[in-house]
Amino acid sequence: MLEVSNLACSRGDHRLFSGLGFALHPGQIMQVQGANGSGKTSLLRMLCGFMMPDEGAISWGGRNTRDLEEDYYAEVLYLGHLNAIKDELSALENLLISAGLSGVELDEKEALAALRRMGLRGRERLPTKVLSQGQRRRVALARLLVSDARLWILDEPLTALDVKAVALIQELMAEHLARQGMVIFTTHQPLQVAGVEMRSLSLS
Amino acid sequence: MTVATGMKKTTLLGLLALVIRRDLVLAMRRRADVLTTLIFFVMVVSLFPLGVGPEMDMLRKMAAGVLWVAALLSSMLSLGRLFSADYLDGTLEQMMLAPQSLSMLVLGKMTAHWMVSGLPLVLMAPVLGLQFDMPVQALGVLIIGLLLGTPILSMVGAIGAALTLGLRGGGVLLSLLVLPLCIPVLIFGTGAVEAVSTGLSAVSHLSLLGALLVLALVFTPWVTAQALRISME
Repeated sequence: MLEVSNLACSRGDHRLFSGLGFALHPGQIMQVQGANGSGKTSLLRMLCGFMMPDEGAISWGGRNTRDLEEDYYAEVLYLGHLNAIKDELSALENLLISAGLSGVELDEKEALAALRRMGLRGRERLPTKVLSQGQRRRVALARLLVSDARLWILDEPLTALDVKAVALIQELMAEHLARQGMVIFTTHQPLQVAGVEMRSLSLS
Repeated sequence: MTVATGMKKTTLLGLLALVIRRDLVLAMRRRADVLTTLIFFVMVVSLFPLGVGPEMDMLRKMAAGVLWVAALLSSMLSLGRLFSADYLDGTLEQMMLAPQSLSMLVLGKMTAHWMVSGLPLVLMAPVLGLQFDMPVQALGVLIIGLLLGTPILSMVGAIGAALTLGLRGGGVLLSLLVLPLCIPVLIFGTGAVEAVSTGLSAVSHLSLLGALLVLALVFTPWVTAQALRISME
């Protein structure tokens, strides 16, 4: 469904990668690997359309994502290094707003259920500035539970998470893949998803 | 668990309302930011009668100009914050991935910005106008002019804010970019008051301001959205 062909990226004069190509089909998961500075985040940002590739094309269902624009964005859930969380708002408000921005109108019950599954019971209505780094990450990750996007693009989703939360993310990924979703992610931690073959893409 | 096929989708207007509501809530929780703009406006306007002296004729003549220039400057103050917080915490990335048009989101942010930084100035203006002994009729025209003009300042300013996003010293650059573009608003805004105090009709000036507002409403959200995409690269 997601096809990338002959992609090239450079930062300044430095060529990060070129001639990159792969296809990701429904139910598949791919880990992007590479050393620091090898262009993992740049690749993911290109897939989101934040950056223009120097060369090559990214297509979704056979059509260039540049032409699809909003129709493509509706299929994408991106979680980057930044949590996109407002300190002044509570976890609940944050989730309701970020779901709203991604086009899903949640009611409070659904949002509370998602936050509780993320292990934030009792913290739902606290301003997020009093939460720990890991808890804030969990608030951001709660979006995975309330999104109907088919393609998850996750940049280092496991940072600041404890063992239990990592296990939960693995579980969520497995559920998403079982629904014929697609995941492309980067991580420096070991991550296994039960019952699915993990594809990997190395940038060097 | 939760993900079901029958999820409710946000409509375009729902999204607009969501963004406006969000920005207003955020502004209310960071009230200091809102107040600084207003206090700056009041201070600048109040300094003139003190500095120029209590000659009623002169004060009456310069009232509209002073109020308009002060409104222009204080609206510059809050522009830097329009997108920078969302840029720094990653919300802007999420906005770009919204399945609705980014222009609509931007329009929502502009509207909220005006409600927080432009509308208070409009409401404050009659009180400040009294310091200059402005006649009631001129005061009325000033208010209508500000009501039409301050949204333009927010909208044109948003383009500058988007272009200077993430730049060092962006604040000064922003003013240099945006202030010249706001000159027409200043001219028609003060012209309207001038006309009414010399016994002419202010309608032509105000309709030109209205036309500028419509133009800004149509074009600036789209231009700002494009500028944001460029700044995100």
